Amino acid sequence: MATSSVFLVNVAGQIETGEFQEFDDLYCKYCFVYGPDWLITSGLEESISQITKKSEDERQLFCWNFPLDVTFKSTNPYGWPQLVVHVYGLDVFGVDTIRGYGVTHVPITPGRHKRIIPVFVPESSSTLQKLTSWFLSNRPEFVDPRVVAQGEGREVTRVRSQGFVSVSFNVVMKDMKKLGYDVLPSDLSTVNVPENVGVQQGRVSEA
Amino acid sequence: MATFKKKKKDRLLTNEEDEDGVSNPIMAGEADSVQEIMPGGGESSAAETVSEDQEAQSLLQTLKKTRKKKKRELDDELISPKDDLARELQSLKKKSKEKVEETFRRESEEEGEGEEEEEVTVPEVADDGTLPMPEEEVAETAKPVEGEEEVSRIKKLRKKKEEVEETPIEPADEVDAATPREATPPPSPPEPETLPEPTPRTTSLRARMRSRLEKAKEEAAQEIREVEKENREERQERLLKGRRDKRGVTRFDTEMDEAELERLVESKQMKLRMKKEQPKKEKPVYMPTTEEAYDFFTRNFEPELVEEPVVEKADTEAEEKKKKEEKKEGEEEEKKEGEEETKEKQEGEEEEKKDGEEETASKKEKKEKPEDEQPLLEPEEDIMFGHVVMCRAEYPDPAEIEKKEMEILYVPSVKLIPNAEKVFDQQQPRFLEEEGFYVGIRPQTSGMNQNKMEHRLLKEAEKGRLSSKKWFGEDGRILALPDPLRGTPSRPPVPEEPEPHLETVFRHATMREYNTRYIDGAIEGGGHYQLDVDINSIIFSHHHLFSREHVLATRLMQLFEQYIIRKKKNMAEYLTEKLKALKNSSLHLRDHIESHRSEHSDADRTNYQKRLTDYKLEIRKTRELRDQEEQADRTLLKNIIHTWKEMKAQRELQKYNNTPLKLQIRKEEVEKKQDLLLWKQEIEDEIEEIKEEYEDEYYRKMHIYSEELEKYNKQQEAKNAARIRQQNKGRRGSKQRRQSTGSGAASDTDQPVSEEQAQLDREILDEEDLPKPEMPEPFEEGELREKITAKAREIRRRPGEPKLHLELTTTGTVTATQQCPRGEQSRREDVSKCKVFVKVLFNNKEVSRTTSKLLSQDFKVNFGQILNLKIVQWPESIKFQIFENSGFSTDLLAELFAGIPEVSVTSQAVQIEDMEFSSDVKIQHNHEGVGSGRPFSFGSKGTDTLILMTTGTLTASVAWGVNDNGVPLVPPIGPGGPYNIFDSMKKMDPVAAIGAAGVMDLQKLAKWFLASRLDPNDPNNADLVYMLRPREGDFGQLLPSDFFRLEQLQEEFDLVPDEEIQNNRRFQLLELRDLEVLDFRNFKMVPPFDRELARDVFVEYDRKKREEQKLKQVEDIESHRAAIARFRQRVREQVMQRFRVLAHQKKLDDVVNEPAVPNVAMIGTSLMRVLERKRPMRPQRKERKKITAQAIKGDEKEVKILVNILRAGDIPIRMALSSRTAGGGGGRPDTERKGKESLVRPFVEVMFQHNTVKTSVADGPNPSFNEELELSFKAPNDDYSPSSLQQVTDIIFLNLYDEMVVNILEDDRERGTSIHQRIEKHWLGSLKIPFSTLYLNGKIDGKFTIDTPPILLGYGHEQTRGELDLIINHDVRTTLSIFMTIEPPLTQPEHVKEKFTSTEHEKLLAHAENWQRNFETKFPQREILTTVIDVNGKSVFVTRYFKPLHPPEEFISKGEQSAELVARYVSLIPFVSDSVIFAGLCDIWSTCAQFLMMLSGDEEEHAVLLANYFLALNKKTWLIIGSAIPEGPTAYVLTEEQDDFWIWNAGTGKHFSVRDSNCPLQVVGCLINSENIWANIQQYEKPAQMSFVLNDSKCWSTLFGRTFPSPGLGSVQPEALYYFSTDKVYVRDLQEKIEQMLKNKIMDWRSRHITRWNRHCTQIIRKLLPILEENLGKPVGPQHLTELEQQFGSYKVSGFPINLPFTELNSIIESVYATGVHAQESREIEFALAVYVHPYPNSILSVWIYVASLIRQR
Repeated sequence: MATSSVFLVNVAGQIETGEFQEFDDLYCKYCFVYGPDWLITSGLEESISQITKKSEDERQLFCWNFPLDVTFKSTNPYGWPQLVVHVYGLDVFGVDTIRGYGVTHVPITPGRHKRIIPVFVPESSSTLQKLTSWFLSNRPEFVDPRVVAQGEGREVTRVRSQGFVSVSFNVVMKDMKKLGYDVLPSDLSTVNVPENVGVQQGRVSEA
Repeated sequence: MATFKKKKKDRLLTNEEDEDGVSNPIMAGEADSVQEIMPGGGESSAAETVSEDQEAQSLLQTLKKTRKKKKRELDDELISPKDDLARELQSLKKKSKEKVEETFRRESEEEGEGEEEEEVTVPEVADDGTLPMPEEEVAETAKPVEGEEEVSRIKKLRKKKEEVEETPIEPADEVDAATPREATPPPSPPEPETLPEPTPRTTSLRARMRSRLEKAKEEAAQEIREVEKENREERQERLLKGRRDKRGVTRFDTEMDEAELERLVESKQMKLRMKKEQPKKEKPVYMPTTEEAYDFFTRNFEPELVEEPVVEKADTEAEEKKKKEEKKEGEEEEKKEGEEETKEKQEGEEEEKKDGEEETASKKEKKEKPEDEQPLLEPEEDIMFGHVVMCRAEYPDPAEIEKKEMEILYVPSVKLIPNAEKVFDQQQPRFLEEEGFYVGIRPQTSGMNQNKMEHRLLKEAEKGRLSSKKWFGEDGRILALPDPLRGTPSRPPVPEEPEPHLETVFRHATMREYNTRYIDGAIEGGGHYQLDVDINSIIFSHHHLFSREHVLATRLMQLFEQYIIRKKKNMAEYLTEKLKALKNSSLHLRDHIESHRSEHSDADRTNYQKRLTDYKLEIRKTRELRDQEEQADRTLLKNIIHTWKEMKAQRELQKYNNTPLKLQIRKEEVEKKQDLLLWKQEIEDEIEEIKEEYEDEYYRKMHIYSEELEKYNKQQEAKNAARIRQQNKGRRGSKQRRQSTGSGAASDTDQPVSEEQAQLDREILDEEDLPKPEMPEPFEEGELREKITAKAREIRRRPGEPKLHLELTTTGTVTATQQCPRGEQSRREDVSKCKVFVKVLFNNKEVSRTTSKLLSQDFKVNFGQILNLKIVQWPESIKFQIFENSGFSTDLLAELFAGIPEVSVTSQAVQIEDMEFSSDVKIQHNHEGVGSGRPFSFGSKGTDTLILMTTGTLTASVAWGVNDNGVPLVPPIGPGGPYNIFDSMKKMDPVAAIGAAGVMDLQKLAKWFLASRLDPNDPNNADLVYMLRPREGDFGQLLPSDFFRLEQLQEEFDLVPDEEIQNNRRFQLLELRDLEVLDFRNFKMVPPFDRELARDVFVEYDRKKREEQKLKQVEDIESHRAAIARFRQRVREQVMQRFRVLAHQKKLDDVVNEPAVPNVAMIGTSLMRVLERKRPMRPQRKERKKITAQAIKGDEKEVKILVNILRAGDIPIRMALSSRTAGGGGGRPDTERKGKESLVRPFVEVMFQHNTVKTSVADGPNPSFNEELELSFKAPNDDYSPSSLQQVTDIIFLNLYDEMVVNILEDDRERGTSIHQRIEKHWLGSLKIPFSTLYLNGKIDGKFTIDTPPILLGYGHEQTRGELDLIINHDVRTTLSIFMTIEPPLTQPEHVKEKFTSTEHEKLLAHAENWQRNFETKFPQREILTTVIDVNGKSVFVTRYFKPLHPPEEFISKGEQSAELVARYVSLIPFVSDSVIFAGLCDIWSTCAQFLMMLSGDEEEHAVLLANYFLALNKKTWLIIGSAIPEGPTAYVLTEEQDDFWIWNAGTGKHFSVRDSNCPLQVVGCLINSENIWANIQQYEKPAQMSFVLNDSKCWSTLFGRTFPSPGLGSVQPEALYYFSTDKVYVRDLQEKIEQMLKNKIMDWRSRHITRWNRHCTQIIRKLLPILEENLGKPVGPQHLTELEQQFGSYKVSGFPINLPFTELNSIIESVYATGVHAQESREIEFALAVYVHPYPNSILSVWIYVASLIRQR
């Protein structure tokens, strides 16, 4: 095989439902964030869903059932893809506002997984700004939604929890084992724990 | 009376026995108890009784007194709830009695029976006992009677006592008889059948009964009262004591309950009946009166009224019971008081009981009477239905009704009631709120309702209910709020001294390892772990039930065991043999030495000698050992025999055997002769040996002795001599004195000698006497022999003595228990009673225990039990507790700890081990048992006492359980190896973890390791070997390492060694990417395997690295440059390091996009926006939204540089040549015309990153382009982050060209038909704008002066043609108006506002900051500086940078020109933006020395240097901080000239007048010099509009003023700058090199054509260049040009000189390329190129390049 060896991760799934207490008319967007060694070979990296109204039963769910289907190619598990979901909705004045950012890693084992992602929004930095942002329907947003997938620069933000988004993943993998990565418990070979802790290997025999 | 009573009693007794002999079981029991007391009393003699009687009398009297007293007290006191209740009851009863009496009366009238009943009722009232009035009377009347009665009773008692003996059971019978009566009454009342029986007797009995009743009642009443009183008191007292009497009470209570229940049922029945009866009774034949009628309707008829008698009866019954009960109590109490009285009472009681019974009986009779009448009433029913009387309806008088209603109805008014009425007790209303108390907010109610309520309440109060008081508060208002005061104090009273049980106790903090204690983390763990504890047996080696023989037997057994062991070892034998062997070898050796003495060398000899002495030593040691062993053997033997003898003696003494032990001694006869021989030889040997040894010693000692003796003698001699001398001297002295007059001279000569001598003598005499050595004693054989023989005798078998062999058997018989004496028997019995069991405690909790087993007679207990413990916690301790159970008590004998088994120890493979225990329990027996912890002695001798403690051995084992499948149930264990308790500790302590716990001194450890010769290869020692690293691989020399590894386990977790990672190219790549090395920062898809990595990945990187390396090793010709580069590199690295951290810090704005808070201005503008025009006349550019780096995808087309070229001005026009040659060449009318029409056809070409775009061609010297050009921008590695962008060094070139169309049509004939033209572009000037400037400023907007070459052949300014003065002509500059920006706008790196450490004074810093902030809020546009960052990253006050510094000598002497020279010098220092050098935007100010050293710097460095030079030239100079175009924020220099201020651009060396409107400086922020900082607070910021009068406080605000005078800051600049002249040879070389290179490049660029070089022309220009340099780059005079023109008259020359500071070759090439000289397509073209490098001090080089193209004119 001439091309370099890679492993493939196929993620199919759905952004199923959302739980938000006080909002209505929500739609969500998603994007994948991944490390430098990853590449999307097929599927949509970003997409935007329909607007949904909350169910009129006591659950008050927002049902999107928004499919995800994307295949990654990678050489290195470092920077494993993360799904960033951001939910928007119309506020009282009918202006589009952010309702929540959430992130989860794509499951690292093949199979069906379900994730409930708590979502949050950045808070206004002062009460005055909170007031004006409400009046002007101008909530603070992340400059880049991908911020939620990284650890850097988070310390400057203050966020408020908003609700939950439940996502289901069906993960299929190829060639992980071939590259030496064991993700399934069945793959794990027995781990050898050295008996003489602290003794350099071969020291005794050498002597 | 008494006799009567007695009789009566008897009769009653018989009566009752006749009637029913059924005994109540409960009462029978009671009778028993009575009986029990009786015999007790009966035992006392008759004599005693008399005295007792007297006592009783006296007691009685006192009792009476107390009774009276108590009664009175009681009457006063008693208002207890009980009394209240009683009172109510009474009132009720009174009413009911009245009713009953009425009915009685009526009935009596009917019946004709009268008196008796009435009489009966009277006492009944008294019987209630609660009515105070009659009670008092009764009590008073009863007193005298009672007194009599008591006397009679006592008499009776006496009689009784006499009788008692005979009929002790009689009274009990009476009671018996009484009880059933008592029990039966409750059910009886409704049954009339029972009555007929007593009736016949009633007549005869009645009289007696009545009288007795009265009396009994009196008595009873009194008694009750008394008892009650007492009870009450006593009960209170005895509340805390155990209530024995309570039991009796409860028993009665239950009985009563039953009775009550029955009664309740009855009463209900009665009620029902009464209800039926009621109306019948009430129904009158006559018409009721109105009142009655009203009553009939209004009153609530209570059926109880009629029922009352029954209730009453029940009451009385209950009361009777109560009485009884109380009597009982009283009885019991009195029992305590005195037995005498109890008897008395009992009798009394019996009577009372009887009385009571009779009373009830009578009552029954009485009460049943109304019921008897029932049939009488029945006919009435019939009557009622039978006759109906009709009468007219009665109509009540309305007035009367109203009147009546008035009485009943009440309409509360709504009027306000004065407060005074509502306050009780005539108090004044009190208003708490006015007094300042907090009063809550009352709930809202309408006043009307409130008043109504108040009225109602008051009305009720009027009616007599006092309770309404509580409805009103103190202020007279109705209470509506909860009382804020609490009824009880909220804080409990704190006693002075702390209560003992409330004292705080300090407890040490304890660790709670909740989770770790459980194996699986919690109780409900998953695993099943089991410990099997096998408890096999216990053998006591001493027990408190041991007999003396047992003690001896155990001792014997122990000794015998020892004997067996010793015999097995047979050390004595072994040592004897060894001794023999040693002797032999030493003998051999000695022989050998003797025989070969001559042959041996000295070394050999000493060697042999040494061996010999070694042998001797060994022999001695062995002998000593053997002697010891032999002695031990012998003493053991002796002991055994002794013990056996003792035991035998004991057996004999006690005449029975307790143990089956038997010692058999076998004698082995030996030959005495041989023995003796051996014995003697042995002794001789030893003596010999010792002798030998002693002799050696003796010689040695003798030697020392002789030496010492000699010394001693010498000293003595010396002393003697000295003494003699001194005596002599004394004598002589006296003589001298005598002869002093005579022979003074003689004495003079003698004197000094004697002085010295005397001194010496004195010293000698003062010397301490040496001890006289003692002669060593010679060897005394005899004594020694004796000693040795004695020793031998003691420890060795004597010759002829038989050898003894011992054998211990258990064949003896134990004497049967029956034959033993009593003491032994009881001992054995005790032994057989004794039971032993073992408790197992796991983690100090009992988890299991064995069954308790009997102790056998030989003190062994066999359990053989395996206890399985399922555990959930980690085992910490397993403890056995041995308990002994003899009889009832259970004693803890001992506690034993078992070890927690290792993992490998399972119940399948476990060894049972013995655990010894001992107990310190002290027990003594009064039989043969010797006890424990108590002294005892043996047999008759009894001399030596022994104290033995109970000891023994427990045989048990602990192991991990194994399940059915053979899997051990061991908890999972971490990787730390087998579990033990210290595992957790090991985790904490790495030293412990590697097995060297507690080792403090590694050196010592090493020594010990060496000394103990441990095998370093033994895996057991691996830990130690690890600790002590072998030195040079030699395990013999283990030494502790000099370091201690903190994470000594880290190595274990390293996947691969570090070298492997370093060698692996993939890892390397990943690492470099992580480090954000420029080349690899955004490297994508690093392949998973090393082999898949492209080979050339590192080529570029390696090359760069190599270059860096090369920089370090100087070999380049530009050695100075290299040094500079090194220096720069170093500074850069330092600064990079510092800013790397900051680069990753983010601000809120970076992450969150938050709209700004609208302020007034914003609102204003937004309002304005509403009003503003849709299409304004003068549209303004709007601020665009910045885009972050992340948002930009790596698409190349995305980021663009927009260049809007508006117009140009004063473009030089074509001239001279054409005009001059105009007359000559008539063949060129076209050009002539064109020249006139369009003097120049300029266009602008923008070049960036080798992309070029150009505008369309305009016409004339002042064209208007208005064109927008787009250039795509590509960031290195597609990284658009600020840190990356600001390092882009690319330059945007804006070149102004003149497009010239040259007609190249060869043939004129074709002119009409075809056009053949060539377009030529001539470079007129350029404008360079670094990308960083554009990036940092966001946009560049304005009119710029284009750098035009000083000489532009063929072009001149328009003005020259008009004959105006030349001075203006000189100042004319070509300008270009452009607008430039980046699309989309990129985020700019934020200013690092980090606080840098500073050495400045804090006060100063604070003041400066304050001042600066003040200013900044007012003028945000104007930049101001107080502190700057120096190369070391420290904040330095900016004024410190100013200090006069002398420019190079060669500039100073030039007078007027020197300023410009200096400016030129400074401008020739290469310009490099700080942002490029120091990534991460921070302006670093280097000092002038550093600047000259680095030879590159920013505007401020140039400006500071220039300012300092000017200061040295005695100019008044300031540094201007402001912003200019195109640089943006920058620094300029301001100097004061005669009557003007000049602004110098240090970067270009040009200066402008303040008034010059073309000055690039746009904003003046502040002025700085060494003294002060002036901030511009004027309205305008453009220099032309500003005032530069610095004293004017309205225009300039100073940092240091009157409030804060200048502290006189020292300068950071060096004292003087060091200049060195540049190497001329090097300059020449460089010049040639540049020229050669440029020529080659030009040829390369136009590779399609042949490039010809015009040498002649080159020569001429080369001459020209130095002149240009001299002229400081200004246009030279026309004479030079004319010369040139003359030379090349036949050529059309276009060319220009370029002046550059020298930085590197590449930039020169770039500049030349940018001019586009090479882009001449003509074939005939020739080129001329000259380079001139002018050296200035410090390798500052000015490079001149003259490029010209020549086209031969035809």
